[in-house]
Amino acid sequence: MEASEAAAIGRCRAGDSDAFRVLVERHSRTVFRVAYRMTGNEQDAEDVVQETFLRAFRRIGSYDGRAAFSTWLCSIAANYSLDLLRSRQRSQEVGGMEEDSADSSLTPERLALSREARERVAAALNHLSALERTAFTMRHFEGVSIGDIAVAMGRPSGAVRHCVFRAVQKLRRELQPLMRARYATPE
Amino acid sequence: MRHPSEEELVMLFYGEADGREAIENHLAACPECRAAYAELEAALAAVDVNEPPERPEDYGAQVWRRVAPLLPPKREKRWPWLMPAFAMAAMLVVAFGLGRFSAQFRGQATQSPSTVTAPAAQVRERILMVAVGDHLERSQMVLLELVNTHAAGNVDISAEQARAQDLVASNRLYREAAARSGDTGVASVLDELERALLEIAHSPSKVSSSEFEELRKRVEAQGILFKVRVIDTKLRGQVSGNHL
Repeated sequence: MEASEAAAIGRCRAGDSDAFRVLVERHSRTVFRVAYRMTGNEQDAEDVVQETFLRAFRRIGSYDGRAAFSTWLCSIAANYSLDLLRSRQRSQEVGGMEEDSADSSLTPERLALSREARERVAAALNHLSALERTAFTMRHFEGVSIGDIAVAMGRPSGAVRHCVFRAVQKLRRELQPLMRARYATPE
Repeated sequence: MRHPSEEELVMLFYGEADGREAIENHLAACPECRAAYAELEAALAAVDVNEPPERPEDYGAQVWRRVAPLLPPKREKRWPWLMPAFAMAAMLVVAFGLGRFSAQFRGQATQSPSTVTAPAAQVRERILMVAVGDHLERSQMVLLELVNTHAAGNVDISAEQARAQDLVASNRLYREAAARSGDTGVASVLDELERALLEIAHSPSKVSSSEFEELRKRVEAQGILFKVRVIDTKLRGQVSGNHL
């Protein structure tokens, strides 16, 4: 951790909200990416970003520095995203991803396949348990090590490792028809 | 080596497999496992279909503008800092004026039976001294952090800058009030402090170690930290004396 980040965290703990600015500006993009991966929706992701930082400021006293600060923020973002999804019962819907933007390079067949791919991936992610989805998002999309995820989530690393594996298994199962279609479709 | 399990292949994909070299050697020699691994790679690549939309360059600043008003107000050690700036400014001007008035009044009080307003003026005077003392303490912290930072590579001083920027405005008020009340010693130190704070506030937020060293030397050369400490100690002595 950089000295300036550690200093900012120290001052936030003392109630200095101005010092929080450094942390917000530094980690907003990472938090947005995780939030978007978790919610699949830009507006929801923006809400998650805002709430993540508000929660982080309130709970900064509990940050013990064992995981990277960004990883700690990501775990807050992931948890809040799951709360949001649960409260809206998004899991009932197939996908939540926004509509494909028009891409003239795609043929109708490939556009349909691309949309199907998005929907299937979104649905497959929705079928993961909360822990699996959080662990998978942080490991796969953000490249956070299993050890760091375990610290941030307060779980044994063996359990996180198994969560990631189970998530991959489920995703592969869900995406099998898509993979077949992809390889069967001529370029 | 036996055929690696699916879990071992998944961990290999993420670079977290135990015995990675043995698994890789096995894959090189076993077409069946190599095909299984290629299939895993393809499936996990398919998951990456939903890329998050790009955020603008100043996204962090945008988020801060949304979050800042929702944060709890700054927790401070002493209550005068909780007042809005304008109320504080008004109070300071009144306090200095009343302080001077009360000093004259105390001088006349031995000849006058009326001493009703003296305690109120003393309270205001004391509030002012406590507020200035607090300001000096906060300024010292910023200067000390800067002086005690050991530069290695680029140094991010954005946090110190933000605090210095905050202190500049209150420093100006105290300096003007001190000058108006004729306390040239305090006004002069506050003037030097203001220049040091402005220099920090207007430096680039990320500086190289050599630039940082130059900034630190300039701040140290002014001897401002020592002067601020002296004034702070004097003020605190007066506050204790008044209190007793």
